[in-house]
Amino acid sequence: MSEAAADHGHHTPAFYVKIWVILLMLLGVSLAGPEIGIQWVTLLTAFGIAVVKAYLVAKNFMHLNLERRYVVYLLLTAVAFMFLFYAGTSPDIMNHVGRNWTNVAAQAEVERATEALNHEVPHGADHGAEPASAEGAEHH
Amino acid sequence: MKPIATTRSATGIPTGKLAVWWLIASEIVIFGGLLGSYIMHRLGHPEFGGYASHTNTVAGAINTFVLLTSSLTAVLAHHAAEQKDGEKAFKYLWFTIAGAATFVIVKSFEWHHEIEQGYTVTANMFWSFYYCAAGLHGLHVIAGAIMMAIVSFRARAGKELQQVELVGLYWHFVDLVWIFLFPLLYIAK
Amino acid sequence: MAQPETPETEPHSEHTGDDHGHDDHHEQSFVSKYILSTDHKMIAMQYMFTGMIMALIGGFMVYAFRTQLAYPGISVPGYGTVSAGEYNALVTNHGTIMIFWVAMPVLIAAFGNYLIPLMLGCDDMVFPRLNRLSYQIFLLSAIVLVVSFFVPGGGFGGAWTAYPPLSAKAEYSLTPLGSTLWLVAVALEFVAFLIGGINFVTTAMNSRAPGMKMFDMPIVIWMIVIASILFMASVGPLIAGAVMLFFDQNVGTAFFDPDRGGDPMLWQHLFWFFGHPEVYVVLLPACGITAEILTVFSRKKMFAYKTVINTALGTGILSFFVWAHHQFISGIDPRMANVFTITTVIISIPIAEMMFVYVATLYGGSITFSTPMLWALSFVVEFLLGGVTGLFLGASGADIYFHDTYFVLAHFHYTFVPIAILGTFAGITFWFPKMFGRMMSDKWGKIHFWGTVIPFNLIFIPLFMLGAAGQHRRIYSYENFPELAVPALQDLRILATNSLYVMLAFQVIFLINFFYSAFKGKKASKNPWDSNTLEWTAASPPPHGNFPGAMPNVYRGPYEYSHPDREDDFWPQDEPA
Repeated sequence: MSEAAADHGHHTPAFYVKIWVILLMLLGVSLAGPEIGIQWVTLLTAFGIAVVKAYLVAKNFMHLNLERRYVVYLLLTAVAFMFLFYAGTSPDIMNHVGRNWTNVAAQAEVERATEALNHEVPHGADHGAEPASAEGAEHH
Repeated sequence: MKPIATTRSATGIPTGKLAVWWLIASEIVIFGGLLGSYIMHRLGHPEFGGYASHTNTVAGAINTFVLLTSSLTAVLAHHAAEQKDGEKAFKYLWFTIAGAATFVIVKSFEWHHEIEQGYTVTANMFWSFYYCAAGLHGLHVIAGAIMMAIVSFRARAGKELQQVELVGLYWHFVDLVWIFLFPLLYIAK
Repeated sequence: MAQPETPETEPHSEHTGDDHGHDDHHEQSFVSKYILSTDHKMIAMQYMFTGMIMALIGGFMVYAFRTQLAYPGISVPGYGTVSAGEYNALVTNHGTIMIFWVAMPVLIAAFGNYLIPLMLGCDDMVFPRLNRLSYQIFLLSAIVLVVSFFVPGGGFGGAWTAYPPLSAKAEYSLTPLGSTLWLVAVALEFVAFLIGGINFVTTAMNSRAPGMKMFDMPIVIWMIVIASILFMASVGPLIAGAVMLFFDQNVGTAFFDPDRGGDPMLWQHLFWFFGHPEVYVVLLPACGITAEILTVFSRKKMFAYKTVINTALGTGILSFFVWAHHQFISGIDPRMANVFTITTVIISIPIAEMMFVYVATLYGGSITFSTPMLWALSFVVEFLLGGVTGLFLGASGADIYFHDTYFVLAHFHYTFVPIAILGTFAGITFWFPKMFGRMMSDKWGKIHFWGTVIPFNLIFIPLFMLGAAGQHRRIYSYENFPELAVPALQDLRILATNSLYVMLAFQVIFLINFFYSAFKGKKASKNPWDSNTLEWTAASPPPHGNFPGAMPNVYRGPYEYSHPDREDDFWPQDEPA
């Protein structure tokens, strides 16, 4: 592992602690994001920051920057296949209306659940009120 | 003694490490399939936002903090192993295991509370995905802790020090999954 | 490089499996030699014999339900009357067994375990104990599957694709335990092959003999490795899906229940995202075995070695883009059907290219029609027929008519039988001298060959015709379908079933030939086929550690046959220039 040792020269414990501090600050940002109350900000702070955190962990803790390139490609290929799966599957699952077809059951479920949520006691569920689902189930 | 095959390294990557990369690749598609299915439903069903508002962000944040910190101790254990300091690697690995234990304990309190309120795995699709994804991840946490315990004793005896890095890689992956689970299940409401 | 320790000097533990280099001169207990061995050759044999036993079970199932189809209501000799529920369980488990417990273990696990270390010049796999664990999990999965037949309610009958709601709800399937055990067995089998696959890929990447570059590996190794990678990359979503289906079955979640917000289409996607690459997972090793045999018995260099590898890689990647062609009429978005039709038709190009390369390898060669060669040639011919009929089904328009008919069934049997039967027999007859140190009878091998291939065509050509006539799959008895119960169609069913009897009967010849030759056959030399690859430089059968003394070095590619500068028409990979 002589080659690895040389490469790790700048990776001292202090460096790892620094990365950790950055990760914790990012966690703070992702928690603060929803407080602003704008949806796109929430999404950006939630998922944008998740990607940044993942990058930092993969690069600095898993040392993917020192690993052979094709390991990175291998892992990215696995991720890419999941995007492929998503792309092929989501048109049927995520959409409830398409050209020449309608997913009646899913539409009915959305309607039923939205209705049930609207009848929920405002701010109540956290304080022991009936959860929405239980209410919904009783209507059947 | 290991077979000669195990000691060869035509790629330049040690055999054990290469296997861990393949393991992680195969785990990516397992979690990818599950999370992909969840995201499809999440985007197709606006009511999931209402269901998700009952998850406990504080517990999720504590667990994120715990896992990030345990990732730090895992990489410090790796660093110690590289310095051939098995004793120190042993210590850091047990810090990491303590992180895993904390994670599981927080999780069990959180789940207990949620189940008490009626948000069980069968409550609705959101909670089904919630328990399924977090549960599968939790199993990985427990498996990682067991492997780290095994490796730690070897490391303390000064044997198989390279395994500290391998189990660390796996642990970082478990951390990575949680980094994505946290916003998916707790923040996006 | 470290040499193995010399035999007979050191005591060793029987339990750690770290005893390579020994020539088995010491006494090993039966258990440590045959059951708990970590030797890759023994594990290969375990996979092969487990696969053969499962093939007999799967063969018995097809015997029972084909008899019911040809002679409805008859009491099947050796089984009894087949009820409608049993019929469903039989066809379901016939499919599951033949793919997951016959094709996979024999083609990938048995040949992979046996050939990878030998052909790469290693003493074992890189993780021998992980290898043993993989087999043990596999064995457990096989046991769970067999047990699922004997639980109350009987075996799972919801087809090998296990579409919900039939698979998810006991009130529909009527097999509350059978469907769960089936699912658990399949999931365990996946875990076994994930572990095995990581072992295969890592060994091939890291442990090649000194001098052997990536493109000096025999094609069969490439194919098994690519197949393992395809498996690893595609099975993940289905493992997640299996967890979800298990929850639906046993916990009461609604992942696939449209009444409660779930979506049964999701399972179909999760299943076929794996299910289609799975076809190539078993196809590629069979193509690899064929490539080895074609070059050896035509004494020619592989026509285009790198093209075969590249087409295999291309096929592998493309195979991830075609999965929804199984779902054309199950309600997918019609725009996606267009996309998947196009990708499906495209994937025939690399496979056709590979077949052309094989034919070009034969061209101008001095061909010996030995038994393995006959199997290999028949694989190419019969698989082509299977592939061509797939084009009808890949076109989403034609598939509206053909979907779920016997045309589909005949099509995929025309691909799977060449893969799992013809390809396997090619491999077994070719490597038998290496595995057991004795030759199989060529005469009886050829009788078995013709007795298998001719009935195979006579089984499935009638089924093509029945499918084109509109006969649907998974129907217990056609007596209630007046347009299908006509004598003309029933005669075709009887022809198919009777041909099946002939085919099954000829397998007895194989079994006798196999076991007789393994114990009493003519002794085989090290290299009976004058082949180049490294496994033929080891003793027949190879000892523990494979290459006692010196591990081989490699100087050239695997297919240097009939080189103009040499007197011998072959040039072993390990012979210094």
